[in-house]
Amino acid sequence: MDPAFAETLWVTFKLATLTTLILLIIGLPFSYYLAYSEFRLKPLVEAMVSLPLVLPPSVIGYYVLVAYSPRYWFGDMLSRVFNVRLAFSFEGILIASVIFSLPFMIQPLQNGLRSLPDSLREASYTLGKSKTVSFFRVLLPNIKPSLITALALTFAHSIGEFGVVLMVGGNMPGKTRVASIAIYDEVQSLNFDTANHYALILFLASFILLALIFTLNKKHDTWKMM
Amino acid sequence: MENDVIEIDVEKVLISAGGIINMHIKATLGIGELLVIFGNSGAGKTTLLRIISGLTNPDRGYLKVGKSVWLDTGAGINRTPQERNIGFMFQDFALFPNMTVSENIVYAQKEKNIGHVHELIEKFGLSEFAGRRPAKLSGGQKQRVALARALARKPELLLLDEPLSALDLKTRILLQDEIMKAHTFTHATTLLVTHDLTEVFRLAHKVLKIENGQIVALCTPDELFLNNQISGKVQITGNVVKIEKQDTFYLLTVVTGMNQIIKVTAFPNDIENLHEGDPVIVFSKAFNPIIMRL
Repeated sequence: MDPAFAETLWVTFKLATLTTLILLIIGLPFSYYLAYSEFRLKPLVEAMVSLPLVLPPSVIGYYVLVAYSPRYWFGDMLSRVFNVRLAFSFEGILIASVIFSLPFMIQPLQNGLRSLPDSLREASYTLGKSKTVSFFRVLLPNIKPSLITALALTFAHSIGEFGVVLMVGGNMPGKTRVASIAIYDEVQSLNFDTANHYALILFLASFILLALIFTLNKKHDTWKMM
Repeated sequence: MENDVIEIDVEKVLISAGGIINMHIKATLGIGELLVIFGNSGAGKTTLLRIISGLTNPDRGYLKVGKSVWLDTGAGINRTPQERNIGFMFQDFALFPNMTVSENIVYAQKEKNIGHVHELIEKFGLSEFAGRRPAKLSGGQKQRVALARALARKPELLLLDEPLSALDLKTRILLQDEIMKAHTFTHATTLLVTHDLTEVFRLAHKVLKIENGQIVALCTPDELFLNNQISGKVQITGNVVKIEKQDTFYLLTVVTGMNQIIKVTAFPNDIENLHEGDPVIVFSKAFNPIIMRL
């Protein structure tokens, strides 16, 4: 296999895997909060989380890029305090990717939790179990299909990212060049064969992940996931 | 003596379909009793049970169980449900779908004690189903698991929220006995919410009747529902399970609280408004019954 081709695929799958892992860690407590909190401004938080579903990726990419810029306080602080520059780096596209895929992790988990009867949680409390124990032993095992859906959708969405990564990361081979951008690039250079290879791999990966979700949904039609 | 009682004094504004209700319940209950909380739906029965369990916060309240204060809004005391030693049985049973029957019971224990799990499983006739998930159980079986699970913590207070409302009449009568058994077996003070008169008669030592968030009576079932004129005579309460028409009269089969089956004759005017499942009192008039040495 062409080393450049392999490298791009490696960056693509590394980005998707890390995005999914980070979102899982953030998503579990966050979706729990969104499912059960009665905080008055919750709809605003929910709207923020869902924005990536409707906003053009270039808008998110633009804001993330602005945030990374040393001309503004966040980027300035990063560069002065930590000596880190996120624009056009792998870490930079990873953070952008986490923001962009947030709703794909949060929404299935939140819907899964909301679909469980309140009495399950309350029964666990009356049996002397803390909120954390109740979450991991009662709630989470009963939304397993939602959890798998969230993981698969986040992963599939991350490997398919184009706009945000292009804005924030550019197209640097081995660092920020992912398969979706490579396709565009190869087509521009009239390398249709390479473009075709990338496209086929993305197509198959996404198809297999979605087929997995639908197979699982068929088995567990009790819990509405999406 | 004051350590042998449960003192409740709670207030909460309830917004229900019928409008706003100012709930105020103040009562002293005996420890070890089986108290049935009776009233129409929307009267505040379930809210009272939830306040006692700590799942719902009252606007103002005081709750003392034996020596310990569980709730005192004035003093800023409000134990969480985890800190109150209760067993709560939900209307939908709330069995954990990811656990088998025995896992549900083990989960409820403070410290794992397989011996006690087996004892509960046997006591409630669940041995056959111990390895099954709740989805594979009938309504009556689920109710028994929920009851066994609620007892697994050895609670001081057993709170049952309309535990039989989802079941058919026959299963209900059988399971009323299971509740009696649970009560005698644990001696836990039991509070059972119902809007079903049958359960009041078959189960209650005492009835707390609530209307629109206020207590209207706290007494024995007999005192609440029966005509005083017949007191002192032989009287048995039970449920009509069958009404059969004979030539000129009706033959009623009544199952008593002690699970005895009695046949009683009745005239057409006696059975007006009487249906199978209705709670009834069977009593003697004039010179019967006849006594005989055993």
